[in-house]
Amino acid sequence: MIFRRQMSAPPPAYGGDDSGFGRAGFLLGRLALAARSFRQGWNIFVESRLGVISLLIIGLFALMAFSHPVLMATVWDQATYDPVTGYAFDQVEQPAPPSWRHPLGTDPLGRDVLSQLLYSTRSEFVLGITAALVTVGIATVVGAVSAYFGGLLDAFFMRLADLVIALPSISLLIVLSALFNLNLFYIALIIGVLGGFGGTAIILKSQALTVKVKPFIEAARVAGGGHFHIIFAHIVPHLMPLSLLYMMFTVTNAIFAEAVLSFLGLLDLRMSWGIMIHTANTGGYLLGGTKYWWLVLPAGASITLLCSAFYLAGRALDEVVNPRLRRRSD
Amino acid sequence: MTKRFAVSKNLFLRPSSFIHAVDDVSFQLRRGESLGVVGESGCGKTTVGKLLVKLIEPDDGRILFRFASNPVSSHGDPAVDPSLLRGTALKDFRSRAQMIFQDPYESMNPRRTIYDIVSEPLSVQGRGSVMDRVNRVREILTSVGLAPASDFLFRHPHELSGGQRQRVAIARALVIGPEFVVADEPTSMLDVSSRAGIMLLMQQLAQDLEISYLHITHDLAVARYMCDRIAVMYLGKIVEVGETEELLHNPLHPYTKALLSAVPLPNPGHRRPPPDIHGDLALPIVSASSGPPPRCRFYDRCPMATDRCRENPHPASEEKAPGHLVACYEA
Amino acid sequence: MASDTVLEVKDLSLTYQIRQGEVKAVQDVNFRLDRGQSLGLVGESGCGKSSVANCLMGLLPDNARVSNGQVILGGHDLLAMPEETLRHYRWNRIAMVFQAAMNVLDPVYRVGHQIVEAIEAHGIGSAEADSRARVAELFRKVGLDPQLMDRYPHEFSGGMRQRAVIAMALSCDPDVIIADEPTTALDVIMQDRILRELKGIQGDTDLAVIYISHDIAVIAEVTDSVAVMYAGRLVELGSTAEVLTSPMHHYTAALTSSFPSLLGEKRPLTVLGGEPPDLVSPDPGCPFAPRCPAATEVCRAEPPPAVNRGGHWATCWHPNSLHSE
Repeated sequence: MIFRRQMSAPPPAYGGDDSGFGRAGFLLGRLALAARSFRQGWNIFVESRLGVISLLIIGLFALMAFSHPVLMATVWDQATYDPVTGYAFDQVEQPAPPSWRHPLGTDPLGRDVLSQLLYSTRSEFVLGITAALVTVGIATVVGAVSAYFGGLLDAFFMRLADLVIALPSISLLIVLSALFNLNLFYIALIIGVLGGFGGTAIILKSQALTVKVKPFIEAARVAGGGHFHIIFAHIVPHLMPLSLLYMMFTVTNAIFAEAVLSFLGLLDLRMSWGIMIHTANTGGYLLGGTKYWWLVLPAGASITLLCSAFYLAGRALDEVVNPRLRRRSD
Repeated sequence: MTKRFAVSKNLFLRPSSFIHAVDDVSFQLRRGESLGVVGESGCGKTTVGKLLVKLIEPDDGRILFRFASNPVSSHGDPAVDPSLLRGTALKDFRSRAQMIFQDPYESMNPRRTIYDIVSEPLSVQGRGSVMDRVNRVREILTSVGLAPASDFLFRHPHELSGGQRQRVAIARALVIGPEFVVADEPTSMLDVSSRAGIMLLMQQLAQDLEISYLHITHDLAVARYMCDRIAVMYLGKIVEVGETEELLHNPLHPYTKALLSAVPLPNPGHRRPPPDIHGDLALPIVSASSGPPPRCRFYDRCPMATDRCRENPHPASEEKAPGHLVACYEA
Repeated sequence: MASDTVLEVKDLSLTYQIRQGEVKAVQDVNFRLDRGQSLGLVGESGCGKSSVANCLMGLLPDNARVSNGQVILGGHDLLAMPEETLRHYRWNRIAMVFQAAMNVLDPVYRVGHQIVEAIEAHGIGSAEADSRARVAELFRKVGLDPQLMDRYPHEFSGGMRQRAVIAMALSCDPDVIIADEPTTALDVIMQDRILRELKGIQGDTDLAVIYISHDIAVIAEVTDSVAVMYAGRLVELGSTAEVLTSPMHHYTAALTSSFPSLLGEKRPLTVLGGEPPDLVSPDPGCPFAPRCPAATEVCRAEPPPAVNRGGHWATCWHPNSLHSE
């Protein structure tokens, strides 16, 4: 007996019988619901063509990231094609323009550009997604908590956000990377923390404020829900649309920041798109106009393409998870 | 065995002035009774409801509940003052005092399923296993007329009509077996045909479950069908309380008379005289230092106001007939 | 008598295009409004009463399409007019009092100025001073102090705003005013005053008013005749007294008896079970048949015929007899 008082009249008196609805029925119902919401969401996502295109581009890059170890294990030999230590002995002059053996040519140090490009893709993904998760994790909690509690806590987080926004993040990263030996994980963490306590937190807080005044928050309190329950069961789910959007923007930010820092030679990475451009620059090949295009274009185009793909995917996802943009029809 | 409330003087703090939303209000509600709180928007009726379920705290005065069974009370007095409750005692209070909200659209989280919404009081209070809750939710959905219940468990609120949604709201309030429910205009946003259904459902459930209702409404006709007694509020004060039929057919306070005569009747050809009241409703904003002006709150709009009403403070309630209390010098 | 008819709606049908298909929001609606008369358009949310009003005012959203019918105002079909003439024609001959007075008044302009603008935009007043005098006159007409002209909307109470909106609707001397739930957002005492005000104005001039409301009591008090709508169709039409005291259609009967009475005998409430029908792919029969207590086979299979008893008209296979109890 889990309820203090039972209905005095037996339920059948009100009519309606659906016996034979057990644990399995409950689980099936949940599953069917999840499948249905996914299908609905997918239909809306597919309707925006940009969403599909961006997803295809992201998929293409993921394929590239996976293809590198496979190629290294099968057709590419270590000595020639290693993205860092390899040397194209078959070419007389370095950098060599694209050829059959080196589809994107070689860099000034005789390394295969395609191999470098594919090898870097994986770390760009790791970097972008780590930074995005950190940002959104922090910003969601900070935003929800400051909106819900208000007062001193809110004031503290908002002043902190002002401070973080006031700091020019790229310059800060330059200083930090000069002082410390930053690897991929740290750079992701720093970008994530800066985003999470900065602008994203303020935006998510303003969204949380609009949710906080809804009657269903009062209903949850009357139900006996504590602060933790209200924040995580009612407020945070309403921040998810914006969170997702800003997650995509952070991926873009992180990849871009990494490219800048690598270009300046400030990061302790084996290889990245930024480093590829950096190598071309230090050899003076950026000044050669379009003559050495294969040194810059593949990395540059990849940065632009992947960044915009994540951005566009964010916009398309926004339409899926934001009920206001959805058509009210069922 | 009675439940006794004495809500008093609630102030919403503003920098230099206060809105006296609810000012020195006292009333009692008996077990199984339904009390209607009636008044125009801004009279403080919703604030009274929120005070009673501890959504806001009174600044002054006490609210005392005497529940049928009360395991948490410690000092011999079975009365519970919700403003003193913390932790498990507060959760226990939450399972005895529930609220039905006005807006069936906004009072439900649109991202959650009907099951999530109705089972929320149970799950946040850790009652029973998941299957216990599922069965309880199905039982309560059936009893509020949403059958077969399994068809509704995994729907979202926006897939339901207004009337169905308000049934879900009633199910959510009753799922944990409360003894006291605040119903804040549960029918005001519904269409006429679903409104009657909700009214009958609430009447029947109140009878079956011996629930005490505080029924907040602006509609006297709805209050007539739903309530045993009616309290009329004006600018944070209760101006008249009485048994429903007595109050409607023999109103004593000039404000109650005006309210009653302003209600249109669905009776073509009938000509109502215009209600006897001046001016517009004002917000009871007063400065922090001086307090409200020491006269009857209704003075400015009253058709029978005298010097006595202006020179003396707001009148105290007097029992003019058995169980019929009026706060007026001239009644 | 024909010369007295100021507005005539003939076979009006309109649809909304949504993802699932076409919503038949209004189907074959017919009614006539005489000069100085008031008509109540009653029904529940989604029944199409606001769609009719918006169609008369030319305020339909982009996904709406008038599939059939005529709206004849002063001898001209509004639906066949070019947009440009229509715009002037509409505010001058037919005006609307909106439900949400707060959204109609622009918060950044003074109330009087907004009405002056409405007058000048439709070429009534010639000089600014004339227009202001006209606004002062309108304010007095709706029971507002003309000195309030230079206040901003937020300085007005709900009742005052509603009066200002009525003044704005009256500003170009229209023949017809559509009042879409003019008092739903107001308290009873203010509702009573506004309705008396509107009735008074109507009595003084030969203005015709269409009241749109879900509140039968309001309709009973202020209108001469009533049109009841259900699921996009007109189901009953007649004089207010006849329709509300001896309804022919079972939906009207259910509406009146589900209304709680304030005084006198406490009638038991009747509950109308079920939900309104799907308007995308309606069943062939009477739209009310699934919820109707008197429905038979024929109601579900075929559309109901129109029954006319001396001007009191309903579409029903089994209309209530004249003095049924």
